[in-house]
Amino acid sequence: MKNGAIPDNINQLNAEERIEFLFNFLALEVLDMRDVSIIGVGTTPFSKHKERGIADLSLEAGRKAIEDAGIDKSKIEALYLGNYAAEALVGQGSLAAITGRNLGLGQIPCTRTEGACASAGIALRESFLTIAAGIYDVVIAVGAEQMSTCSTGVVTSVLAGAGDTTMDNIYGLTFPGFFGLVLRKHMEEFGTTRDQVSCVSVKNHHNGATNPIAYLKDEITVEGVNESRFIADPLTLYDCCPITDGAVAMVLCPSDMARDLCKKPVKVVGSGHAIGTTSILQMESFTTFPATLKAAEMAYQMAGVKPEDIDVVELHDCFTIAEIVDSEDLGLFEKGEGGPAVESGRTAVDGELPINPSGGLISRGHPVGATGLAQVYELVLQLKGEAANQVKNPELGLAHNLGGSGAVSTVHILSKDF
Amino acid sequence: MSGYQKPIPQIDEESKPFWEACKRHELYMQKCRDCGTLRYYPRALCGNCLSSDTEWVKCSGRGEIYTFTVTYQNRGAGFRDELPYVLAYIELEEGVRMMSNVVECEPEKVSIGMPVEVVFEDINDEIALPRFKPLPE
Repeated sequence: MKNGAIPDNINQLNAEERIEFLFNFLALEVLDMRDVSIIGVGTTPFSKHKERGIADLSLEAGRKAIEDAGIDKSKIEALYLGNYAAEALVGQGSLAAITGRNLGLGQIPCTRTEGACASAGIALRESFLTIAAGIYDVVIAVGAEQMSTCSTGVVTSVLAGAGDTTMDNIYGLTFPGFFGLVLRKHMEEFGTTRDQVSCVSVKNHHNGATNPIAYLKDEITVEGVNESRFIADPLTLYDCCPITDGAVAMVLCPSDMARDLCKKPVKVVGSGHAIGTTSILQMESFTTFPATLKAAEMAYQMAGVKPEDIDVVELHDCFTIAEIVDSEDLGLFEKGEGGPAVESGRTAVDGELPINPSGGLISRGHPVGATGLAQVYELVLQLKGEAANQVKNPELGLAHNLGGSGAVSTVHILSKDF
Repeated sequence: MSGYQKPIPQIDEESKPFWEACKRHELYMQKCRDCGTLRYYPRALCGNCLSSDTEWVKCSGRGEIYTFTVTYQNRGAGFRDELPYVLAYIELEEGVRMMSNVVECEPEKVSIGMPVEVVFEDINDEIALPRFKPLPE
């Protein structure tokens, strides 16, 4: 353990300064945090599973992750489950306990994490933190959501509840509407074009078409996106991710243990989690999400890497414009360069920085409570060299999850540990 | 006035003076007496300094469109009958921003930077909702 310098005036620091200090403290490893690795992953296909129950989906993903890890399930000491709205969507609470019970994990603590569409990113982070801190050795992180059994109207209304409902909803704000506001402002501020935005959808549909777990398998053209019907002008139908059901799980443990248990462990080298603006009324800019900036800063700092070191990215493209904004907020491109980057092919699977080789939320689908782990699932396959749309020899992957109207973000950086 | 199907604002202690002013077709904002920050939506405490020392100030009701979207899909009650509608983020002269609708204007004529002024819609006996219409240049 290294000796951290605790400032003499620690008690005089304001809340922000204290948090800043703690970030640095963690990044410097003065807390003697243990390295943590992922040793097994599992997922359901992403689809409309109308005939199945959500607990059946989380069970399938969990079973596959435990099998993939090749670990005796009695070794699992805790479960974290990301889920946004099972009560409202399918009338089911207590999903963490139900999943732990169904998996036969015994009387271990099972905790649900909720951060709207970033719920599963938080489940991963809590798993990571508790292992890193030495509280548990083996933890399973799960994410699950079932949405297709409700009407589009109900889903729209439940998702709108992820924003601050006090004042926005009376004027008819929807999530596509929110990103319509973002897209209009990004076009005005940076000259981002309709064709550039459509290129995100074209690329992600192309990637999803060859990803066996992706929901949408059809290719689309720039014209096809441009000419599809308006949902929230300038946002069209093919700018939006589809309503999808699915679950993902993974088993994590200390990296020392992982190397003995697993041929190809993937290490979590950076983790960040921050809140941003919880209501549209708080947004100073419509072309950046402060939650992403902060979570990314934390993750880069902990990992000791820079945006240019990243080889493959899975980010939160709930709408096409979100991919452009996220890629800029993550420091992968300058502000205003996200659109030209995708149009010129720089973010394709064979480009200089592949983004969403899985097809992203737009093509893989977006069961909101599962997405954060679906991103990490893809990165684990990429780093192991086993992905359907394999990027050439990636060493470092970055997963970015965003919830609400920029309310919550998690960023994780993963590295090969073999 | 009857038959209004969209969500109705929930009036609480903090927001009551705002809605009473709207009822008179006047737009008022809270201002922190300690740090001077204007705030919308009404809250008990200043989001900047957490002071509860608040005064209400009258706004001109004029501003400009910061960004907007024309919503074509919303199956929520009331909204589905009015598609497409303009959802906009308005920057008031006083510097505060409000989410609202732009009315009395064809959606295709709305643009970022367009000057607008507040107009009130009486949705029931208790509540008038502030929306915005183009300001004649």
